Order: sequence, then structure tokens, then C-alpha cells
Amino acid sequence: MTDFVLSVRNLRVEFPNRHGTLVAVNDVSFDIARGEVLGVVGETGAGKSLTANAIIGLLEPPGRIANGEVRLDGERIDQLSPEAMRRIRGKRIGMVFQDPLTSLNPLYRIGAQLIETISVHTNYQGAQARRRAIALLNEVGLPAAEERIDNYPHQFSGGMRQRVVVALALAADPELLIADEPTTALDVSVQAQIISLLKRLCRERGTAVMLITHDMGVIAETADRMAVMYAGRIVEIGSVRDVITKPLHPYSVGLMNSIPRLDSDLETLAQIPGSMPRPGSIPSGCAFRSRCQSAFAPCATLRPELMTRGASKVACWLYGDAPASGEAAQ
Amino acid sequence: MLAFVLRRAVQAVLVMVVVALIAFTLFRFVGDPVNQMVGIETSAQERARLRQELGLNDPVVVQFARFIWAAAHFDFGVSYQFKQPVNDLIKQRFPATIELSLVSALFSLLLGIPMGVYTALHRDSWLSGFILTVSLVGISLPTFLTGILLIFLFSVTLGWLPSFGRGDVVAIGFWTTGLLTKSGLRAIILPAVTLGLFQMALIMRLVRSEMIEVLRTDYIKFARARGLPNRIVNFGHALKNTLVPVMTIAGLQLGSIIAFAIITETVFQWPGMGLLFLRAVQNADIPIMSAYLLLVAGIFVIINLVVDLLYVVVDPRIRIEARSA
Amino acid sequence: MSAQHDASHIKWSPRLTKFLDNDLVYSFRKSKITVVATLVALVIVLGAVLAPWIAPHNPFDLKTLNLLDSNMPPVWAKGGDARFLLGTDDQGRDVFSTILYGSRLSLAVGLMSVALAAALGITLGLLAGYSGGVIDTLIMRAADVQLTFPAILIALLIDGTVRALFGESHDENAAIWVLVLSIGLSFWVQYARTVRSMTFVEKNKDYVLAARLIGIRPWFILVRHILPNVIGPVLVIVTINLALAIILEATLSFLGVGLSPTQPSLGTMIRIGNNFLFSGEWWIAIFPGVTLAALVLSVNLVGDWLRDALNPKLR
Repeated sequence: MTDFVLSVRNLRVEFPNRHGTLVAVNDVSFDIARGEVLGVVGETGAGKSLTANAIIGLLEPPGRIANGEVRLDGERIDQLSPEAMRRIRGKRIGMVFQDPLTSLNPLYRIGAQLIETISVHTNYQGAQARRRAIALLNEVGLPAAEERIDNYPHQFSGGMRQRVVVALALAADPELLIADEPTTALDVSVQAQIISLLKRLCRERGTAVMLITHDMGVIAETADRMAVMYAGRIVEIGSVRDVITKPLHPYSVGLMNSIPRLDSDLETLAQIPGSMPRPGSIPSGCAFRSRCQSAFAPCATLRPELMTRGASKVACWLYGDAPASGEAAQ
Repeated sequence: MLAFVLRRAVQAVLVMVVVALIAFTLFRFVGDPVNQMVGIETSAQERARLRQELGLNDPVVVQFARFIWAAAHFDFGVSYQFKQPVNDLIKQRFPATIELSLVSALFSLLLGIPMGVYTALHRDSWLSGFILTVSLVGISLPTFLTGILLIFLFSVTLGWLPSFGRGDVVAIGFWTTGLLTKSGLRAIILPAVTLGLFQMALIMRLVRSEMIEVLRTDYIKFARARGLPNRIVNFGHALKNTLVPVMTIAGLQLGSIIAFAIITETVFQWPGMGLLFLRAVQNADIPIMSAYLLLVAGIFVIINLVVDLLYVVVDPRIRIEARSA
Repeated sequence: MSAQHDASHIKWSPRLTKFLDNDLVYSFRKSKITVVATLVALVIVLGAVLAPWIAPHNPFDLKTLNLLDSNMPPVWAKGGDARFLLGTDDQGRDVFSTILYGSRLSLAVGLMSVALAAALGITLGLLAGYSGGVIDTLIMRAADVQLTFPAILIALLIDGTVRALFGESHDENAAIWVLVLSIGLSFWVQYARTVRSMTFVEKNKDYVLAARLIGIRPWFILVRHILPNVIGPVLVIVTINLALAIILEATLSFLGVGLSPTQPSLGTMIRIGNNFLFSGEWWIAIFPGVTLAALVLSVNLVGDWLRDALNPKLR
């Protein structure tokens, strides 16, 4: 396990409220190896962001980790004191959020925000920290860094701001970067730039990345492995190539099918009928069964665990016992 | 930047003109300058002559212009009640009101802001609950009631502090201050607390709700995600962002305090402009009323202008926009 | 298993259960302070409304007043009389009855002026928002000018002007209307601004455009579509306003430019009582003071709860 930068086992995130307890992340397990990019896809509400927040210790009450383990480099971090967790944040785990405009404090110059982060986590102070900040801005491709370091966030375009955000997240050279929908709020043309920036930087520094998105194209370009989340659980996890070209879980199949291809002659867009259940109304057994074409007897009562199938894992009874289930998948 | 300042200045002038119009209308048409100056026996001819002398038969626009001109020279006519120039009356009492207002404002800020910050950061502590309750009582008690209760407690029952007047004052130039004498300081405590309590409660609640909002923003979340210590996150980032909108409202509150001084001055017999204005209202002394109106409007407009400019200085987003405007 | 926090254990009709489980009602039930505050407010309101029937004396009927009864302390103090539960003032008026009648007046003026302010503000706001252009600018400039001044100044000004115009001889009933007018006119701006910005937002929506295309009259659109959306924020402003209006009326009466001693509101009574504080006859000022504070406090508490409950961000 010490080969993995991040190791998550049976993570369960709950939200108690007056009607009962909502389970938003249910028994999620995965690993990320050093320098690897793991993509996490799923619809809004599938529990991707909550998983990330739980890992970095920023769950907002009443949300809490009810069960499971999170290990960074082999050591448990989910039960650390708030102060110990704070020291890990930024220094060993960095995080990038979705909206670059609201991620930066509008009243502070970006240089000030950078220098502050650098001073807290490294030994660079004062003028040294400033030089380091300029170097970081150069690394993320911000033009005229020396002058623009004293500008305010709103003086930058969206793409530039996100570069600043990336610089801030990587300022202390963390081992793991969690990127929660880093390109969703950006123009398409800028998205590509940010993605390639992330790729380059992480490759250069050997930073592992947990890339959360609902954009399959980004995953295809950037990730090594990917996990598909549905209703708080991981339903399939494997290499990007495998999951995209040969999806196993009916949900993944539906997802890949619904992506229109340039070379096809579609009249209508393919959809998965129905919608993902909300945390309070997840059915028993497999959460996907009401929308699944291949649902059969065990699906209603038994919840499928992740089962190995080749190099991937999939949580579906189609791959459970019967070896002859080869033709059931697509 | 210049264009922005100019625009605001023009707005300010507009407001003053409207107020001057109202003051003039009051002065000229509601009160009758002639009837107030003469007795019942004066003949109709005398009155007509007076009217002509005073220029009351000139076109309204001319009279208005004359009014503005006189006002610009601080000439507001003669009080109906006291038969003295309004100018003198107000000048005498101006320092008392301003001192009281400033001390109250200081009190409300120095207590209100820290309490607001504390209750935002420690939402579940019993102290927060207590402070919130006190603040609720603070905005529920009318100023005069607070004054009366304070007098009852500290003057009547305990006999610690005086219940009326300003104490001994020291004259510096045309200003008189009570802050340099012991009796003056004792005398200003109860009125300042009375006047400032409502504002303090308001500011506290404002700071609290603003800060709670700020603490929920993405940039605070990102700051925490970067592992910045709580001290920096709360007092460096959150506090700064909270104080910017609070500051503008606090500035506007100063105007409110000056107005509410009327009540406090009544309860404590504080010799200020407010008491003067109240007597004027009770006795339909129009010259004082319109003068007070203009003066206070001027003060408010200046405060508003300063606050707007302050906002530009403090919030870089507006500053850059204003520059390019 | 879900915790038994919902009302399902109540074996009443399902509709009642559903009502009690409604988020708004639940948060009300849960907040003990708000329940207490509402009860207190209700007691005072009931007392005020039923004053003519439950007050032991009629303090406005000059014939029943006896100067020999003046300045008597409350019933539990030495020299107290069972007829006058909370003592009497300098005219021989029973403090308890006067509090009941006074609350009546305070509440009446408060509610009427808020109604005036809301009606005026909402109308002007709708007008400004929907018409735009010159009308909008005019209304908003007027609002800006008025906002520069605290309500008390405006109220005092209007009061003083009326006084100057009509002299001191206006009768007591007029005093109430003058008060309602002054206070109401001081508070319309808040409503107007909120309603105007909401009207702006709604006005540009497609369904309004569509309605106009079909030929539906504008005011019909406004009333049927925009008004319902506006109720929530307006309600919040109303609660804040009501407390302020009551305070303002009491203040004006205390200052002597509100209701007169022959028809006293709580503020007037405090003014009268203030003169006797130093001589030890505290009950004339303190009891009305406590009632006033309790009333305003309750209104504020209910308003606070309502604001939190209606705030979409806190849900």
C-alpha cells in the first residue's frame, strides 16, 4: 500500500438531518499511485466532490465521515486533529476548485495570496518568497509575471485566473493534487490549455492527480485510470482505455453511448432513461437497477461489490458468478 | 476616477438642491415671515410694506436664489421663538451634538465590530447566544427608553453619573468641548451609551451576518484548502472582506446617529442642535427647522460622498472600474 | 432507522401531520424562543384589541377620573389599591388600563403606517420597475434623496409642517392620522427598491413578453405574476418595519409631537412617567416601558425567525 500516494477504503460520508441520515458517499474504495492521474466521472450529485472534500478534511458540518479510511503515503489522515490536517493541506495535498473567479479573494493581489501560501508552507520568506511566486507564475504560463503579480484577480481573464489557482495549489509542491471540475467554468478553448498545463506540471513534479469532472473528453486526454461514480458508489474503475472503449457496467455503457460521435449520423441523442436517485431515495440492491436494461434477479436485493474483471473492477451482478456473461456486456 | 468623483459630486449637489427647495418652501410658504415678526395691531398697510421690503413679492425663483445665497453665507434668518439669528443659535449648540455623536459612533464601532466577529466565528458558544440576545434587546429598545432606564439605574438609584447637562466645558476657538474636564467626561457617558446602543447592536448583527456569508465563500474554502492557519483565514481574509461593506454602512450610520441625537438630547437635556430642532418643531419655528434641515442634509450628503469615495479606495474592483470610467 | 424527529407519531389527520412537518412550521416549533415570543406578542395584541372589554377602567373618559386617586403605587406596594393593579398616574388614570389602551394605539399606528409604507412602496416599485425610463429615474432619485435621511427626521419634518400649517388646534383623531402619514412616508423606500429590482428581473422574462404580445394589459401581468413573487421579501421587510414603526411612534409621542396625553400611547405614558422617576413614582414610566420593550422584542424575534426560515441559502 505504500506504493500508493492515496489509499481510500470503504469511505462513507453521511449527512444527519431531522428526517434521518443521508448517505452521500457509500463504501468508496480506490487507490492512486505516485504520479498517476485518476479521473473520477459521474453526474452532479454522484458524490465526487464530497469524496474529495472528505479526503482533504473540508467536509462541512453536518456532513461527516462515518466510516472508512483515508491513507496518504500509508499513514491515516482521516482521524487527524484539525491542526495536523491543516498542515497536510496545501503542503501534501493541493486542491483546485471549479470557479476561478470565486476561488481568489478579490481584495488581495494575486502576488500577496501566493507569497502568503509560500511563506506558510516553505522556508521561503519575504523577497525570496516573492521571487518564488514569480517563478511559479512563469511555470503556469502567466505572461509578464513580474508586473502582473501585483494585479488583482478581476484583472485577469478566466483562464489566467485558473492558472493562478493552479500555481497556488502547487506552490508547496504537494504529492497529490485534487482537481474538482477545474475546467467546467472555462471556455472550451481555454479548457484545453488548462488541461495541458495540469498534465505537464504534474508529470514534471511527479504529482498524483485526482481529476474530478463530468467531461469525458477531459478524462480521455488526461487520465491514466478512471472511476465511474453513481449514487455515491464507484460502479466501475479501470484504465481509461478500457473503460471508454470497452465499458463493463451498464451505466458506463450508457454514458459512452450517449456521447455523440462526429462520424455518426445521429437523428436523436442516446440517453439513459430516468435519472440518478438522490441520496435520500437510493433503492435497495443496485442503485442503477431501475434504469438498467440488463437488470435481473439479484439486482433488486443484493448490492454488488466491486468485482475484478480483467484489469478493471466493476460493481455489477452481470460479472458476478457466471463466466458466460461475456455477451451480456454490449 | 475623476469622472466617478465628478458624477458623485453632481449627485450630491442635486440632493442638496432638492433639500434646499424643501427648506425654502417651508421657510417661505408654510411659515409666514411677516406675521411672525409683527404684532396683531400692525396695520395691513404696514404688513404690505414689510412684505415689499423683505422682497416677498418678488418672483419665486428670485426668492429661491436669494435663499440659497443667504444659506451659503450661513444666514438663516431670525428664530421666531428666540428672536435671535438662527446662525448664532446653531453655532452655539453644534459642538455639543457633534461631540456626542462622534463619541457614540466610536463606542458602537469599538464594541460592535469585535462582538460581531466573535459571534460569527463561534456560532455555538454560549457567549455568542448571550451577545445575540443582548443585541436583540438593543435594537428593540427605543433610544429614549434606554436613556430613561440608564438614568434610573445610574443616576437615581446608584447616583454614579449625572442625568442631565454637559458638565464643564472648555472653549477652543469657536468650539467647546466637554472631553477635557472630569465632569464633562462623566456627563457624556450615559448619553453616548444611550445613543450608541442601538447602532452598536445593528453593527454587531451586520458584521456577524456579513462574516458568516464571507466564511462560506469559495475563496475562504480555497484558503483553507491551501492549509493557511485559522488566524490568517479568519482575520486576514475573512475580516477584511467583511469590513468593506460594513464600513460603508457604518459611515451612513453616523448620519443616523446625528439624527437620533435629537432623542438623546431630549432625555438628557443635552444642549445640542437636536434639542433646538425639537423645540422648533413643537413651536413651529420655521427658520430653525429649515436651517437644521439644510445643515443636517449637508452633513449627510458629505458623509455619503466620503463613504462612496472610501469604497472606491478600499475595493480594488471598483477602483479599476472607476479609473476606466 | 430514522430518528423520530418528524410528526409521524401524532395520530391526527394526515393533512395536519403534513402541515406540522412542513419545513417552515417545523422550524417554528423547534425554536422555543420564537414560540415564546409569538405568545408574548399575542398576549399584548389580544390585550390591545380587547382593551375596551377587559380594561377595568376607561382612562380616556375624563369623567371617571378622580384626582384624589392620582400617583398611587401598584397594588402590592404600601398605599396600593386593588382597583388600580399597577398604580395610577398624575391624573388618576389606572396604569394597567392605560397600558391596554395605549398598546392598542401603538399597534394601530404601527400597523397602519407599515401598511401605508408597503402599499406606497410596492406600487411605486412596480411602477418604476415596469415603466423604466423617466418614471423610474424620478422615483429612484426621490428614493435616494429620502434615503439620505433617517426616518425620524422625515417624520419630525412632516409632523412639524402639518403643525405649522394647521396650528395646534387639530383634534386628537387627526394626530393619529398625521402620525400614520409621517411614519408611513418615512418607510416606503425599502419596499420600492426591492419590488423594483424584482420587477426588472421578471419584466424581461419571456412569459411577460409573451403576455404582452397577446395583448394582456400590463397591470394584470404585474399583479398576477410579479406580485406573488414579491411577497416573501416584502414580508421580511414588513417585520423589520413594524418594529421600527412602533419604536418611531413611541419616540415621537415621547418627544411630544405624537399622541397627546388625553389619548396616550405607550410612548406618551413614558413621557409623563419620566417626570416622576426622580420622585420615586417609578411605575408610571416603567410598566409602559416594559410593555413597549416586550412588544418590540417579540416582533423582532418573530421577524428574525421568519427571515431565517425564508432565507433560501440557509435551507
